[in-house]
Amino acid sequence: MSGTTLEQFKYDNTIVKYFGVATIAWGIVGMLVGVIAATQLFLPEANMGNPYTTFGRIRPLHTNAVIFAFVGNAIFAGIYYSMPRLLKTPMWSKALSWFHFWGWQLIILLAAVTLPLGITSSKEYAELEWPIDILIAVVWVAFGANMIGSLIKRREKHMYVAIWFYLASFVTVAVLHIFNSLALPVSFFKSYSAYAGVQDALVQWWYGHNAVAFFLTTPFLGLMYYYLPKAANRPVYSYKLSIIHFWSLIFLYIWAGPHHLLYTSLPEWAQILGVVFSVMLIAPSWGGMVNGLLTLRGAWDKVRVDPVLKFMVVAVTAYGMATFEGPMLSLKNVNAIAHYTDWIVAHVHIGGLGWNGFFTFAMLYWLWPKMWKTNLYSNKLATTHFWMGTLGIIFYALPMYVAALTQSLMWKEFTEAGRLAYPNFLQTVIQIVPMYMLRAFGGLLYLSGVFLMVYNMIKTAKQGTFMAEEADEAPALKPHVAHDGEFWHRAWERKPVFFTVLATIAILIGGAVEIIPTILVKSNVPTIASVEPYTPLELQGRDLYISHGCVGCHSQMIRPFRSETERYGEYSKAGEFVYDRPFLWGSKRTGPDLHRVGGKYPDSWHYNHMVDPTSMSPGSLMPPYPWMADNIMDHSIVPAKINTLRKLGVPYPDGYEEEANADLMVQADGIVKNLKESGIAVMPESEIVALIAYLQRLGTDIKKTTASNP
Amino acid sequence: MEVIFVLIAISLILAGTFLFLFFRAMKGGQFDDNHTPAIRILFENKPNNKNKEVPSTKSK
Repeated sequence: MSGTTLEQFKYDNTIVKYFGVATIAWGIVGMLVGVIAATQLFLPEANMGNPYTTFGRIRPLHTNAVIFAFVGNAIFAGIYYSMPRLLKTPMWSKALSWFHFWGWQLIILLAAVTLPLGITSSKEYAELEWPIDILIAVVWVAFGANMIGSLIKRREKHMYVAIWFYLASFVTVAVLHIFNSLALPVSFFKSYSAYAGVQDALVQWWYGHNAVAFFLTTPFLGLMYYYLPKAANRPVYSYKLSIIHFWSLIFLYIWAGPHHLLYTSLPEWAQILGVVFSVMLIAPSWGGMVNGLLTLRGAWDKVRVDPVLKFMVVAVTAYGMATFEGPMLSLKNVNAIAHYTDWIVAHVHIGGLGWNGFFTFAMLYWLWPKMWKTNLYSNKLATTHFWMGTLGIIFYALPMYVAALTQSLMWKEFTEAGRLAYPNFLQTVIQIVPMYMLRAFGGLLYLSGVFLMVYNMIKTAKQGTFMAEEADEAPALKPHVAHDGEFWHRAWERKPVFFTVLATIAILIGGAVEIIPTILVKSNVPTIASVEPYTPLELQGRDLYISHGCVGCHSQMIRPFRSETERYGEYSKAGEFVYDRPFLWGSKRTGPDLHRVGGKYPDSWHYNHMVDPTSMSPGSLMPPYPWMADNIMDHSIVPAKINTLRKLGVPYPDGYEEEANADLMVQADGIVKNLKESGIAVMPESEIVALIAYLQRLGTDIKKTTASNP
Repeated sequence: MEVIFVLIAISLILAGTFLFLFFRAMKGGQFDDNHTPAIRILFENKPNNKNKEVPSTKSK
């Protein structure tokens, strides 16, 4: 505008560089752990024979590293570069930026230490224990405050669509994280979920699905709306569409969680709710994909030569594929086939490797030359990386689809005589081992490509000069001329808003902590009279099961299909889980379901199976757990556990914590005696005894009822 | 299952917040112009380099 003075300011590139480097470093770590986990599925020796590197603990390490460390840092790098430029102001506070950076890296480091040690809440993508959860909330709020502060100081009145995506991501992830992480601590390293059984499952997947929605999708759509037009040097195809699909996407996504629990004990109406919203979601999702791809109309000649655009095209296409697959998998009849199989694993990796991974690579390939004021060192190398990555995705996904359908059909197949065609679960696993090998190869290929990128980026930085700060200028934002709704505008333009947001978050936390347990106390009335709380020894065994990540391969949820009741026993009922904190229904069956394993085998079978799975199931892919026979368990924490659970509403009698350990020893001695009869000598305090107690209890409560209880 | 009421409440609050923000943004004129913002982000300001030493690079 004429007559206004231009204000000078500087963008900070250093923080972007740090987040970018962290992205790659953690990306390599996360993918490497992924390749190890993939290898362990066909080569149990790759578990390396110690508790810290077995599949059960490596898998959550891989998911957390890739989601929160790799993708997380990429989001922050992308936002800290694009947001100031879109708002024509530096980030609000450098101190907050750096607090955010180091805080986030500390969280990742803590995750990398605690998860292999078996310190876990076992809730998928929210495995970290409560002290780290609190740290995450603090750092996340710092990040949000930094964004909102910048927003208030902006010199560009209009907020570009990417900003809307960033803000929605911040707000929603904060709320989700807080509510799903509500738990009562037992000690510094152990807590029990505020919810039990079906409730816990529902909250977990309300969170889990929205983690996909608001951590892996909306932030990246925001990045897409900035970096794709920049890289193509074309405005986005339809700005109107980007706005419409933003609002519709965030409205619909929140409700889709229950589609992770189809055919489980979750009430039917809640499942239907999830399905309906999931199916509707295809519209806004594809709105994003179409908008991204059509931005390139008239620029496809550039795609032929520019690796950045190549990566982006595949990323957006993968996003489209994954968001078509999602609604499809949410249809109950399709889900009946896919649930618990590798189809789900393939689906998330189309999203993870294709959408998040490839877009991150594209963004970094675009950012590095920009910040070092030079050209990319080698387009050829980047193109090679592109093809390695693309082949990696194909080698990953296709075998997984084949494996999933093979296994699912084998699970469900009956003979002419009406018996299971493959009664031995192991047959269905061994059948797909070649596919697991191909998948690991695909992952390795993908990871190898990343090393090319690292080399390329180092060389790019070497040939350029890093611009720590970039100067820009813009006129100050005109103070708003008041009209209707004047108060809100004025408030929005000033600091109070920021404090309001913080206050709201504080209120939400306080409110949640008080309201939820109050509401949930009622739910602790067992709906099945014979279902009782776990004994102290079983509780210890269950926590051991949680700590070793057994839920990563074994579900505890028998769906009401004949193929499942035939194989495992009576289907699972909601009332059976009222004392399960956290719930352990699982998402994937690499091994058989365990919900009715109690009483199926003698104690000695479990002992031998844990020490060497192949002794009981030749060809088993389960890692051996020989240390469980020798490790002595510390049972001194039991009274504290009983106390905590009683506070949460589990009906242990008053003062039971005094007797708990005596009861525990009685039950342990019984198991030791059983093992002795089979010629096995163990200490009653050993881990294996507690685990056997838990496994033998699983799913037996409803068997105690006679026919009087239909 | 009572927890679903909590989840629905939170989801409604969240959706309500988004709805409120949407109407505010509409009223505030955020979406009056659906054309220039898309183009504006492509411009890169080249401020006059009078107050900093720029490393000599071949600017593309």
